[in-house]
Amino acid sequence: MDQTIATHSPDFFSDHAISSKAAGRSLGNRVLTTICVGLAFLTLIPLFSIVFLVLKNGLPLLKWSVFTGLPPAAGTVGGGFGNAVIGTFVMVGIALAIATPLGILSAIFINEYAPFSRLSKTVRFVAKLLTGIPSIIAGVFAFAVVVLATGKFSAIAGGVALAVLILPTILLTSEQALLGVQRAYREASFGLGATPFQTIWRIVLPEAMPAMMTGIMLAVARAAGETAPVLFTALFSQYWAQSVWEPTASLAVLIYNFSTLPYDYQIQLAWTASLVLVCLVTVSNVVAQMVFQKK
Amino acid sequence: MPKTMETTPGTSDAAESQPKVRTESQHAAREDFIKVDNFDFFYGSKQALYGINMRIPERQVTAFIGPSGCGKSTLLRNFNRMNELIDGTHYEGDIKINDRSIYDQKIEVIALRRSIGMVFQKSNPFPKSIYENIVFGLRISKQNDKKVLDQTVEQSLRGAALWDEVKDRLHDSALGLSGGQMQRLCIARAIANRPKVLLMDEPCSALDPIATAKVEELIHDLKKEFTIVIVTHNMQQATRCSDLCAFFYLGKLIEFDRTQKIFSNPGQKQTEDYITGRFG
Amino acid sequence: MNSPSPESSALDEYKSGPDIFRILCWVAAAATVATLAWIVYEIVKQASPAISEFGFGFITGKVWSANRDIFGVLPFLIGTVVSSVIAIVIALPLGLSVAIFLSEDFLPLPVRQVVRFVVELLAAIPSVVYGLWGIAVVIPLVQEYGAILAKNLGPSIPLFKGPAFGNSMLTASLVLALMILPTITAISRTALVAVPKTLREGAYALGATRWEAILGVIMPTAAPGIVAATILALGRAMGETMAIAMLIGNSSRLTWSLLSPSGTLAGLLANEFGEASGLQIASLMYAALLLVVLTLGVNIIGEAVLRRAQKNVAGAL
Repeated sequence: MDQTIATHSPDFFSDHAISSKAAGRSLGNRVLTTICVGLAFLTLIPLFSIVFLVLKNGLPLLKWSVFTGLPPAAGTVGGGFGNAVIGTFVMVGIALAIATPLGILSAIFINEYAPFSRLSKTVRFVAKLLTGIPSIIAGVFAFAVVVLATGKFSAIAGGVALAVLILPTILLTSEQALLGVQRAYREASFGLGATPFQTIWRIVLPEAMPAMMTGIMLAVARAAGETAPVLFTALFSQYWAQSVWEPTASLAVLIYNFSTLPYDYQIQLAWTASLVLVCLVTVSNVVAQMVFQKK
Repeated sequence: MPKTMETTPGTSDAAESQPKVRTESQHAAREDFIKVDNFDFFYGSKQALYGINMRIPERQVTAFIGPSGCGKSTLLRNFNRMNELIDGTHYEGDIKINDRSIYDQKIEVIALRRSIGMVFQKSNPFPKSIYENIVFGLRISKQNDKKVLDQTVEQSLRGAALWDEVKDRLHDSALGLSGGQMQRLCIARAIANRPKVLLMDEPCSALDPIATAKVEELIHDLKKEFTIVIVTHNMQQATRCSDLCAFFYLGKLIEFDRTQKIFSNPGQKQTEDYITGRFG
Repeated sequence: MNSPSPESSALDEYKSGPDIFRILCWVAAAATVATLAWIVYEIVKQASPAISEFGFGFITGKVWSANRDIFGVLPFLIGTVVSSVIAIVIALPLGLSVAIFLSEDFLPLPVRQVVRFVVELLAAIPSVVYGLWGIAVVIPLVQEYGAILAKNLGPSIPLFKGPAFGNSMLTASLVLALMILPTITAISRTALVAVPKTLREGAYALGATRWEAILGVIMPTAAPGIVAATILALGRAMGETMAIAMLIGNSSRLTWSLLSPSGTLAGLLANEFGEASGLQIASLMYAALLLVVLTLGVNIIGEAVLRRAQKNVAGAL
């Protein structure tokens, strides 16, 4: 074969051309590595900025009284967001009450009963699409079916909107949890003469429970932080809620409402609410990860 | 363990098979093209190779045999320093190829790897066209002259006995080839860099018998030009296509001799036990 | 245990009627599917007055005025696409860098784990907090440097025409880029890590340097996954609501300038739904319908690309 073809490259077997060309390539290599690492760390700057500002602006007002007080009227000082904390928990609770059974039962159907049926394939596809739907659309839906139907803004409407939002999260993570249960367990159970229900209830579900809890915690984290779905379904309230059928405050909407007001105290309160919200979301996420890692 | 540390193949046998090769080459084939001196190798704190000494001759096929985990692949992967890609490895001793240490500070590891081709156990064509797979080595050294590339593709594919099968679909994806064709493509890709040494790490273990026969035939042709070192689990393959054979056990080189000699009259009991299938 | 006739008792149990739990699960699964259909149906139903009033002209209409009952959504449609595309252009190189950084061993594993944790945290921060941060940090920055841009480039490039506002397309896009970065990073990283180790070894054995292996073999192999990541991030960006509503200025004026206030579909919904009535509600529903179609379309394409990407990688193994 023609030896000339080889001469362009740095060659271990000849002395010339080793250092110059190879050195050029390794320099280029180092430049690219530096750029890549540099850009990666550049993205961390905004995050540190967010965490720093939330702490710096949020901590001064973080006292027990903000959890017991009511939101101050525009221009006044004092009070807190006790009703918003409760409102957030209530609406997340309503959302869980709707979405958890629906999501887990659907996951059981598509993984245990009929994994290859047309309905199951459709459910998986629809769940993927629901994850992609903008959160505000969940709000629009709840506005149409609850607010317009009942004629009033309410915690129920907010809860329904959040339920639509977290249903796919719970469904898809539950499916993964069920997939993680060994086939051999099911076969052993069926082999002993158990019915499908007994197998699922006594063998599969206990085994899949920790991973399912992860999904639910992730859903809680997501729902607690969402603003758009509750913005015009639960609206907001200056007062303690008397029932789930009246406008209800939430931390997220409080931050949104107060962020654009021209009063220092309200803006400070928005930062403190952000701090509480970020902590709530982060704790849910970390707990979710820990539950999962234990499995 | 036997203390046969300085192991060189029987010179009398070597002399018989050499002349034919010599007439076709530009210079005399060296008996000690690859020199391994007191070589130890460690994965973390676990020692994988113990005091290996061997001389591998130029333009012959040397087979490494031995049970799984005996260190044969580890040694092979040191010849082009692929083991450095694993964290926490280190070596003692030295390996010289053509009298130059592969660990020489002045040498870029990429230059070494370009000069030593490697074929892996599992064929690993890139998800690109057949053509682009072969010219990858040229392109990364900034060779983009179309004439040179075309010429290299044809020569390499002919060299790997694949040209006739793929010449009409050079720009199709390499992933559409059969298993045996993919492995020969990887050989073609390796020789496109015009290396002097070709390392093969169980190149046929994932192939069916017909594809294996083709690759073995190819190995026979390639040794006219390349120094080939092949790791194999298959005793028949070692007898069919190697000139020399090295038997490794528990990280040590037990025996190294002409293949004929190893399989007909092994010098060590362990070698005999292994090749007759008593363990391994 | 006494077993007089095990055969018949076992058979009896199997005949004990239909599996009620199975039916329950089927109902839940069907309800999940019905939810999506119900969402679309409900929005179409509520939007129908506006659909019959404005028809296709709603999409090309440039005026949105609740006082005059004239509703055209073009400025918001354009704003949605433009803000998302700018965000992608900014976030893609950054997100890819992080993904490569996480999948290579430039720095020791503990450092990479910290970076990965931090990026995941970025994904968990609520949108409204991004908005608050944007008001405090990004708006002043854009105001200051935007004025300089407007002064120097404005006269010749319409994109930077002054006056420079803090609440602007540029501000919204910058924060949006930050918000979709975790999506791009996570999916791209998965695609990069899924590239078989043997391909990397093959490239190194041919004498490739690390970056020749990354750019020549690993990235091309992972390309379909990276494309899917980009499309899915685009879908997310289009639907992102709160931060945008707080930062973009919510103007329905059509303008070339990135330094001027603008609007998006999602921002429009967030701003006006709470106090809307009559034809305005129908028009907002119509706008919501467009947003659903847009994001569903982008997501379906993204999922299809992702599925093909995963098949491709499986084929290469």
